[in-house]
Amino acid sequence: MTTDQVNIDEELIPILRQVSDPEIPVLSILDMGVVRKAIVVDEVVEVSITPTYSGCPAMDVIGEDITAALAHAGYQAKVNLVLSPAWTTDWITPEGRKALLAYGIAPPLTATADKKALLGGEQLVKCPQCGSANTEMLSQFGSTACKALFKCKECQEPFDYFKCLT
Amino acid sequence: MKDNLIQYILGIADNSLILGQRLGELTGHGPAPEIDIAITNISLDLFGQVRSYFQYAAQLSDKDITEDDIAFLRTEREYVNVLLVEQPNTDFGYVITRQFLFDQFHYLLLSALQQSTDATMAAIAKKSIKEVSYHKRFSADWMKRLGDGTKESNQRVQQAVNDLWGYTNELFMLTDADKQAIAEGIGVDVTLFKKEYYENVAAILEEATLEVPTQAFFQKGGKEGVHTEHMGYLLADMQYMQRTYPGMKW
Ligand SMILES: [Zn+2]
Repeated sequence: MTTDQVNIDEELIPILRQVSDPEIPVLSILDMGVVRKAIVVDEVVEVSITPTYSGCPAMDVIGEDITAALAHAGYQAKVNLVLSPAWTTDWITPEGRKALLAYGIAPPLTATADKKALLGGEQLVKCPQCGSANTEMLSQFGSTACKALFKCKECQEPFDYFKCLT
Repeated sequence: MKDNLIQYILGIADNSLILGQRLGELTGHGPAPEIDIAITNISLDLFGQVRSYFQYAAQLSDKDITEDDIAFLRTEREYVNVLLVEQPNTDFGYVITRQFLFDQFHYLLLSALQQSTDATMAAIAKKSIKEVSYHKRFSADWMKRLGDGTKESNQRVQQAVNDLWGYTNELFMLTDADKQAIAEGIGVDVTLFKKEYYENVAAILEEATLEVPTQAFFQKGGKEGVHTEHMGYLLADMQYMQRTYPGMKW
């Protein structure tokens, strides 16, 4: 049985909040939606994390960082990787979207708008620097597999767009 | 039954492993930075998927092995990828055509594999298909761009299509492991979407103003471990580190 529901013990939230995505340091793994479960069972924290993308090299590091953060707070942890249900960009929290934007990455649009922007060339992705929608896609793949590369025609800055994954 | 499932997993995962290795060869050598990055990312996606499959296979195995053993320490005859994916990066036309012919298949395979009665296989398929839908867009877009581009690009990509066409039929041949996995409800009967595959491919080739080859002669062997002369070189490169420094870790 798989579920979209997240199950995290209240007391662990402040600890896990400190762990960030190594590729996007401003973004907590909780706001990224990769922690699906963190509960204390017999004095051990059982943590389940799910990868954003299959090849995401950050997952090993995230697992180690979680173990270290929990150890620092006096908990022993067992981290395991789950694939199902598969991660979706809908799991990025509103705080996470804000953090992405502040970091210079345009957060994912809705699935329909994403398709129009990436395939139809419609100007729907706004520049995270100046807010202009006068942007164009340079490449469907950006600095990492989860991003596409865009350029703002207003301020001339290139930027990453976090692709929608649903 | 367990051994058969392992063999079935290899039949799927080896295609992604060998194609990922081929694409990885282009890292830093792509014709333009954007394409270089895209191809490297696709390679990374494929390796990520392979890791999920191989971790599962290692877990099923009675032997004390890891995903790395499966990836790096088999002999040539033990790899069961189709011949298509081991074909060399002759030029960008070949790289894109090989990708296109595989992505169209890969997508249909994963669509069906999501319904596997094996929960792990279904979960890997559900995860992977999201990534492969991006690969499929990328390669189809480039087929159109090259086919409907200049006279030179059209000729060269047509040449690649003609040369690689003979490797497509093997995608739809069933091995003994396939047949048993299908009977158990774990595996996908790829012959069921063969017609759809060729229709989809033809539609995109047509849009790309390319001709659909009509040749009737097809190559096969990879699924039985009998590879083309390119495979040895690829493996020598891929296995070098593990063979030279056994047990080496990052
Ligand atoms: Zn701008």
